[in-house]
Order: sequence, then C-alpha cells, then structure tokens
Amino acid sequence: MPASASATRPGAAADAVDGQVPATVARPGSVEDTVDVLRECAAEGRSVLPHGNRTKLDWAAPAGAVDVALDLRGLDRVVDHAAGDLVVVAEAGVRLADLQQQLARSGQMLALDPCEPGATLGGIVSANASGPRRLRYGTARDLLIGITVVLPDGTRAVAGGRVVKNVAGYDLGKLFIGAHGSLGAVVTTTWRLHPLPRALATVTVELDRAVDAASCARLLSHSPLTPTAVELSARTGAGASLLVLFESIPESVAAQAEAAVALLGGGAITTELPADFGERPVDPDALGVRIAHPPKALPVVLAALPAGTEVRASACSGITYAAITGSAVAALDRLRAALGPVGGNAVVVAAPVDLRGQVDHWGPVGDSLPLMRRVKDEYDPQHRFAAGRFVGGI
Amino acid sequence: MQADARPAAPELDRLVPRLRASVGPSRVLTDPTQLRTYECDGLTTFRVRPAVVVLAESREHVIETVRLCAEHGVPFVARGSGTGLSGGALPTADGVLLVLSRLRAVLDVDLDDAQITVEPGVINLQVTREVAAASLAFAPDPSSQQVCSIGGNVAENSGGAHCLKYGFTVNHVLAAEVVLADGEVVTLGGSAPEHPGYDLLGAFIGSEGTLGVATRVTLRLIRTPETVQTMLVGFHSIAAAGDAVSDIVAAGIVPAAIEMMDALAIEAAEAAVHCGYPPGAAAVLVVELDGPHAEVTHQFAEVERLVAARGAFAIRIAADDEERMTMWRGRKSAFAAVGRISPAYFVQDGVIPRTQLANVLDEIDRMAQASGLRVANVFHAGDGNLHPLVLFDDGVPGQAEVAEELAGDILDLCIDRGGSITGEHGVGFEKKGKMANQFSPDDLDAMQRLRCAFDPAGLANPGKIFPTPRLCGERPGPRTGEHPLSAAGIAEVF
Repeated sequence: MPASASATRPGAAADAVDGQVPATVARPGSVEDTVDVLRECAAEGRSVLPHGNRTKLDWAAPAGAVDVALDLRGLDRVVDHAAGDLVVVAEAGVRLADLQQQLARSGQMLALDPCEPGATLGGIVSANASGPRRLRYGTARDLLIGITVVLPDGTRAVAGGRVVKNVAGYDLGKLFIGAHGSLGAVVTTTWRLHPLPRALATVTVELDRAVDAASCARLLSHSPLTPTAVELSARTGAGASLLVLFESIPESVAAQAEAAVALLGGGAITTELPADFGERPVDPDALGVRIAHPPKALPVVLAALPAGTEVRASACSGITYAAITGSAVAALDRLRAALGPVGGNAVVVAAPVDLRGQVDHWGPVGDSLPLMRRVKDEYDPQHRFAAGRFVGGI
Repeated sequence: MQADARPAAPELDRLVPRLRASVGPSRVLTDPTQLRTYECDGLTTFRVRPAVVVLAESREHVIETVRLCAEHGVPFVARGSGTGLSGGALPTADGVLLVLSRLRAVLDVDLDDAQITVEPGVINLQVTREVAAASLAFAPDPSSQQVCSIGGNVAENSGGAHCLKYGFTVNHVLAAEVVLADGEVVTLGGSAPEHPGYDLLGAFIGSEGTLGVATRVTLRLIRTPETVQTMLVGFHSIAAAGDAVSDIVAAGIVPAAIEMMDALAIEAAEAAVHCGYPPGAAAVLVVELDGPHAEVTHQFAEVERLVAARGAFAIRIAADDEERMTMWRGRKSAFAAVGRISPAYFVQDGVIPRTQLANVLDEIDRMAQASGLRVANVFHAGDGNLHPLVLFDDGVPGQAEVAEELAGDILDLCIDRGGSITGEHGVGFEKKGKMANQFSPDDLDAMQRLRCAFDPAGLANPGKIFPTPRLCGERPGPRTGEHPLSAAGIAEVF
C-alpha cells in the first residue's frame, strides 16, 4: 500500500465487516492523502470500503471481499464555520456531536438528529441517516449545500458550494447521499445551519391502540401547528405513546403545546425531552427495519407487522422503525407485500448474524434500477467500491 | 445573435414524417414563420430557430417524440412556458423543440398527505389555486409564477422569494416520471419520503433538461401558515439595510423572505406599479414572517426593533393582504419595471455569502461607474441571491457588449467572494462559459459522468450547462465485485 497515506496497517479482527477482515486499513489524514490512497487502490485494482465510525455498516447489504477499508475518521477538521452566513464546512470524519457542540457556542445547529452515537458527517451522508426532527428540517438532501468527493479513480471533485441558493451544475451531493460509499468517498461536506431554538415543549398522549396515532398525526398535519417532531412509541396491537415536540421561542412553544392538547383531546405538557427521544427499538435477536411510507399509510404498516412488534415511528413524516422477532423473513415478506400497493418500502437496518445476507436487504427498487446500474458504471466502472452492498447487488 | 443556418440533416427529413404519423400532423411544425415563435425563451438575446417544433398534448406524445429522436439521433430540447432567463430552452437548429405547455392536467390531489400530481405544463400558481381551499400551497414562488410551468420549475430547480425558509423546488418534489433520452420511461422517487437506491430524483431536478423530460410530477404541498406579517422598511444607505439583514439572521429569526431593492430599482418599480415605496430611500427591505401566531408576533416586533436600531427611516406594516400584495408587487415587477427607465437591460443572477452583501454592492457600483453604465439591484437578501439589472441603450453601438461584459464581471465577482454564478435562473446557454470559472475540469467531468449514465448520446438539450461536452464511453479496466449474472439482472444479490 502507498507510503503517501498517513497511516496504513494490516486489517485486524476488529476491522471485520460481516466477518471479512480487510487486508489493509488506510486512514488518511487529509483530503490529499485520500486522493493518494485511492489512486494507488485504482492502479492496483483493489476493492475499497469507505467508512467513518462504523455505526451504520449494517444498513447496507453484506460486503464481498474488501481489500482496503478506508477509515475516514482522520479527516476530522471543521474547515470553516461562517456563523454570519449560517454555513459550516467540515470534513467527513467530524463527529456530528462534536460539531453540534462547536456550533452551539454561536447559537446554531446542523438540523440533523440521527440517533447513532458517534456518527460522523460522512457516514450520515453516505447512509442518509436522519432523526425525528426531519419533520421540520428535512434530511441531508435538504441541508447539504456542497460536497467534495474522491471518486474511485482518485479524482477529487467538488459540487455545490458554500451558499444555500445555488443551481450551478448538477447537484452531485444528492447522488452521494445514501449511496453507502458505492460511488466514491465523501471527504468534505458543506451544510446550511439553523438557529438553535430557544425553548421546547412536549405534549405526550397515551393511546389505547397504536393505530390511534394515525388519526392524531392527521389532526396535527392538518392544523397550523408546526411541531418539529411527532414520535410514536408502540407495540403493535397494544397501547402506545405519542410525543409531539415544539421548538421555537418560549411564547410560541407554550401556546402551541396548549393548542395541541386541545386538538388531540388531552395530553401531558412538559418542557424536557425524554432520555430515549429519537431512539429506535434495539433487540439483537430481532430484524430491524426502516419503513418509509406515505404518512397516511401508518395503519397499513402497523397492521402488516406481527402483533407485539416494537415500533418507533415519525408519524407525520412516514418513517417507521420496527424490530421484528420470530419468523422475521416471512414477516418482512408480508410487510413488503402490504407496502407495495401504498407506495411504501422497507429496508433492513439490523439483522442477527444468521439472517444477515439471507434476507432481501433492500426490497424492490422499481424501474430505475437499470439507470442506477449505469450511474454506478460511470463512477465506479470496475465495481471496486462497497461492492455488492447497494441495491440490486450494485 | 442569430444562428439560423439550416444544417444538412437527412435524418431530420426521415424523422419529420414519422413524427407527423405518430403525434398527428397538426402538432408538428416546420413552417419557418411558425417556428419563429420558438426561437428563444425569456432570454431573448440568444435566438436559434429549431428545425421542428412538436406541440405535445399527452405523455404518449412526449414518449413517442423522444423515442423517434433517439432512433434518428436527432437532438431535442424540452420547453415549458419559455420563461427561463438563462437560455435553457434555446432550441438547436438541427433538432426538435418539444413544447410541453399543453400538458396541463392535474392528475391526482391527495389532501390527506398534502401531495399533488400534475403534468409538466401546469402553471406554478395553478397548483396553489387547486389546493388553496384546503389551506395548502406549493412553496416555490418564482417571480414568473403566474406563467411558468412545473416542468420548467423542475428543470431549473426554481426558487423564489420564499425559498429562504421553505427551500427550492428540489425540496418539494416527491416523484417524477421521466422519459430518458433513449425513450425509456422511469419513475424517480415516489409518495413515500425515501426510497432504496440512488436519489436520482434529486440529481434530475435542476439538470436543466439535460437528463430527460419529466412527464408527471408529484409535488409536496405545505400547510398555509396561521399568520403572515410583512413590513416594508426604508433606509438611507445600502450598508444599513445589509447590516439590518445580518442582525435579523443573527437574532435566530428565519423569515419567510427578506428582499432588498436599491434606489434605482425602487425608482423603476415606483414608475411602473406605484407601489408606494418610501421616497428618498437608498434601499428598501421587504421582510415577511410567517408561522404560528405567537411566534410571528414576537419575532416581528423584534425585527421592528432591529431595523429601527440600524436607522430605518420608514417602517410600514401591511395591515391586510391587499397591502401586503402592494408591497410585493413592487418587488415582483421590478425586472419588467426597469424597462421604464432604460431602453434595454440584462437580468443577472448571482449568489454571494450574505455577509458580503454591502461590500459586493459597493464593488458592483464601482464596476458600473467604470463601465459608464447603471446597475439596478434587486435581490433575495436573506440568502445572498443578487439580481443586478445592467441597464444599457441598445441604440448606442457597442453598449450591449459593454453591458454583457459588466454582467459577466459581476458573476466573476460572485465566484471570487465564495458564491455562485446562479442561484435560480440556471446556467443554460448563457452561463456555460462561466462554469469553468466556478468549477475545475475534474468537477465538471464528475458532473458529466452523470449525464453519460442518463444520456450517453447527448441528445437531451445539448450545448447547455457545460462549456465542453464530454465523450461518453467505456473506460478500460477489469471489473471486480459484482457477478456478471447479477449485473445482467439475471441473478439478484441481496
């Protein structure tokens, strides 16, 4: 491996991805180092798996053989925080939590709240991770305004810029969001920021049935209230709790919380977030799935899951996480069969070892899969990056 | 700038009868007089007469036209209402101009999930009218919203005054049915908030017609806010207005819009639409806040304090919708209004980091004086999107060239200050030469790889965005990782 990389070592057991230990782990210390490493990999025809803090490796399908694990945690500089412009430029290895701490000193935030502790910006982009506040602020595709990538052939390329409003050229950032490293390595990210809200209020409603959350979500969506998140915690077929979060100035969150109680016919108001806000069901024996669906299809989703399944849903956004136990493969098939007609989809995000690689990780992709293959062929013609981990075996 | 030489094109001669047979003879125009209507879009300085115009009336007409073009290797340019300001719908002399403005059906309205599916020729404002009774709206609101089409909005990733808070077209499109340049029809996105696979919808929006033609678009609608408050503020200096904008942002307020106009733009707007802007102002701001009542009321009062502290000499608050419309009328009519004070003008579109505002305006003023021309400035101050209007007299020989050079120099200034050559009008034909100033050859090559995936033959809107086209082709090298059977779609790998 190249002498130019700032740190290169043989792979060890701890570096394994799906049980496969990469021959080499390269940890570049800069964008330039990354270019050097990837040029060498290209020259030698080596397969590469870019990663950050390894919090979401299970979100993509299992990897084939990996020659080089590209550890991007060494790219850890916050390049520029232009507070007056509400913009930050930061390298891929910067941890979101660290960045938020720095931004908070200026009363600002990057409005992304995925729950994986230690997640890096590059990992969040590559896995398109999001959290409850996507209801208000959207996801990476709504907040990322510029990107630098190193393509599989070692070409460093920039798209977007450092102004929010910008339509010059193709928005390649969109292409790399959720690509799981299959098109190249994300090395620098530029984000639009938001002011930190000054106050919060929550309204928690206890429900007899999980499905009642759907009518609450509909009431909220059809009201002029502007919650930042509407989170359902439930077990299918059993009781549930719905948390509505308001974040704004104190006068507004107080007024909105009271209006929400009136709208929903009850609810307890607090001014603190529960400790488990935004967390997902975690069960090492369960098949974890992320279901995306039109919000009004929430009852279909809940009905299609086995009774007693633990569920966390962003009810007004149409994102539901479920931990399926028992005969999970059959349950996932039933779930997908129910989701098809309502335009939903289910993707595996956690699987016990015996199921990993046995279940259809991504599910149906639709008629644009051949086009996606052509995109892959353009950026990674030798299919060396994150090989086999993306949809359709890309 | 008239490029009218008819190329020798036997393929065109073979294509036209097939088009007539396929979409109907009345929808295929080849008569030079009829073609003249379609020579340019909203950027009238560039004109090219297309070889053929197809007036599509159904998605099948679009698909058939693209398929036939692909078969004959003839380029095509899609056009909606033709309001674009960068020459994005400028025809090619040897190709087909595919007009989509007759595709005006609203196909589905889902009030429950606040979504609407429309054909590409539907007018932007019509979408909001369709759903206004249910307190819903389509957020992107370009100044041309009374005439511009959704297909054009998608192609250009259109913005508008309110994108400061609500984002651009790309943030409000859930799905699009797209005809690729080879005639293949694909659906990108869908009614769910996300989908497995690459976000090709996100990449398609804003690709200026170079990646295919949208035949159906599903839009996300927003709930109309409980309260809207608008104020018009007059300042004695541009710098004070710029500082006030910075103060509002620093106070943690995200207005729905902050618009600024300078003295020359105010003069023009006043002459054209009598919008009652404060006399003697060197700059006016239009600040609009929307949202829940308590939030808007408190933050509006804070904005009032902040602008007063920067020396605002006139603060008017819209008492009702009618007054709000009057305030906006001045702003939204500013481009056309400049025609009242100048025989001709170029509309420019550039972006700078907002904190550079006062500084850049000083520099533009200096550049204008050096070139002996006047520049009126109208801009979305909240997001640093400038629209300098370079005034000139096209009766004076050489002045158009001087104005064009000045407009170009302003873009270089935007790049120099860390901004962009376009915030919402697109690169189109006009600015493709400037792309090389903003992006490196490698950046442009990386972008064009996407085009190669979508349109390897380069038939969809050729000669736009990129200063030099890229040849698409196989790159050498062994493949690893994917089994050939899987790549061929014979065996799926999960």
